[in-house]
Amino acid sequence: MSLKGRRLRARPAAVQLRHLAHARSGDKGDTANVGLIALKPEYYDLLRRQVTAARVARHFKGMIRGPVERFELPNLRALNFLLHGALGGGGTLSLKTDAQGKVFSTALLRMEIPVPGDLDVR
Amino acid sequence: MSHTVRIGSGQGFWGDWLEAPVRQVEGGPIDYLMMDYLAEVTMSIMQKQRSRDPSLGYARDFVPLMERLLPDLVRKHIRVTANAGGVNPRACAEAVLETARARGLAGKVRIAIVTGDDLLDRLDGLLAAGHPLANMDTGEPLATVREQVLSANAYLGARPIVQALARGVDIVITGRVTDTGLTLGPMIHEFGWAPDAWNRLAAGTVAGHIIECGAQCTGGNCLVDWQRLPSMDDPGYPIIDVTADGAFAVGKHPGTGGRVSVASVTEQLVYEMGDPTNYITPDVVADFTTVRLAQDGRDRVTVRGVRGRPPTEFLKVSVSYFYGYKAVGTLVYAWPDALAKARAADRILRARLARLGAAFEEMLTEFVGVNATHGRLAGPPHADLPEVQLRIGVRARERAPVERFTRELAPLVLNGPPSVTGFAGGRPKVEEIVAYWPALIPKREVTPHVEILRA
Repeated sequence: MSLKGRRLRARPAAVQLRHLAHARSGDKGDTANVGLIALKPEYYDLLRRQVTAARVARHFKGMIRGPVERFELPNLRALNFLLHGALGGGGTLSLKTDAQGKVFSTALLRMEIPVPGDLDVR
Repeated sequence: MSHTVRIGSGQGFWGDWLEAPVRQVEGGPIDYLMMDYLAEVTMSIMQKQRSRDPSLGYARDFVPLMERLLPDLVRKHIRVTANAGGVNPRACAEAVLETARARGLAGKVRIAIVTGDDLLDRLDGLLAAGHPLANMDTGEPLATVREQVLSANAYLGARPIVQALARGVDIVITGRVTDTGLTLGPMIHEFGWAPDAWNRLAAGTVAGHIIECGAQCTGGNCLVDWQRLPSMDDPGYPIIDVTADGAFAVGKHPGTGGRVSVASVTEQLVYEMGDPTNYITPDVVADFTTVRLAQDGRDRVTVRGVRGRPPTEFLKVSVSYFYGYKAVGTLVYAWPDALAKARAADRILRARLARLGAAFEEMLTEFVGVNATHGRLAGPPHADLPEVQLRIGVRARERAPVERFTRELAPLVLNGPPSVTGFAGGRPKVEEIVAYWPALIPKREVTPHVEILRA
């Protein structure tokens, strides 16, 4: 379902992060990093409140072995997540298609968060 | 005083687009061409090549590239910084000088090599002197894998590049220098930044981080509006315009494809990021939470406000060691019941390997088109998939079980589930695994060395 150009009604709706943010990911050993960047400045506060380290850890439960750390970059309207133990050993050890975590970013964009009805999502 | 220095990025890794540096040189004015060749495991590959042939061990692509570019570089006074030297900067430089002579540029090309990063022959002495070179991720001392070590290189900073440029060379070829140092070096040289000009050094480091992956900051791999990015068949690689105060802009040559936007630059800024307030290099610790970006017209983003602080007393060391073996094989199953067939094949293969007693440290099955990249987050598979690729990987410390695995896959084509194809590539290849071991060493133990060679 596309939310493009549609003004949401007053009650909170669950919106997939792909409509609110873009992202890029990379690796450091067995840790994947995901930088989550607000598509509009006004989305940043919502992301900061809703996309917590705990929620991200729940989202990836069973897919990563270690903890999740979060860092804030308000200047870039971005959050940086470190997903430890995410890459099946990392680097050359990993047997995964995504051994370097290049598309972990898009897996995070599947997460849904509640969005207040008065926020224009387009 | 509005002296601006232009630094273009020509390669984001060993294997990047060969046309990019040529377009950077031909497409408009630049002062420096920066090329990053070294990823974490690249050094071990090069070490292996040098052990077979002492004249190898560097990014071989660099030599024909220089052959193609040298006349233009000389004519336009464009200087090159590249970590193409890998574990053998001298051999790399000599190969370039030979092509320079062959092209009639004898006496016109001066090359500096930066060495001192290679610690392989010094490892036992360093361990004996009480440096554990413990793994930064696990804390284990290097002694646990000492016998398997294949390469060990300290990450040098920008300073030796500055020394080389001060001696008037045209090309600086380094071994393991930080990716960002290749961009920061020319800035320190041009503007005479003091060793404690932390904010400027941090700005140059941020600039280096933005352009070290080539087109990844000019629209490549950028999720925002990707379908409408112009002319991605000819993407512009990034160019930094920097002034003495450390303020800079990211742009690209006119007429090239791709896009330089706040979105494209921000994606690259967060790429491979750890703690953004603590981006550690040998020259400075940069704080990425101080970076201010602004769109300044089409395909131009300005960067200001970067703050930095003194670096640590340590250099990072990249150690590689032999770990074991792995192999990955694939088969494609077609409709109807494509996924069920692929699952059945996986069960059969696992049963056969178990009966043979082949033991693996890890065996991983993925169904490409179903769950390979997003796992369970992808949700239930489409009921009527046209095809599914079965992808199985194994890893072991010994070669034998991995070797056996590579022979068990193809038979499934005739003696397993139906409607299977996609095996034309033959048996999977057994690969040697070279693993990465990040460590720290006090700076005083490492002395960078600059040497000039001329054609």
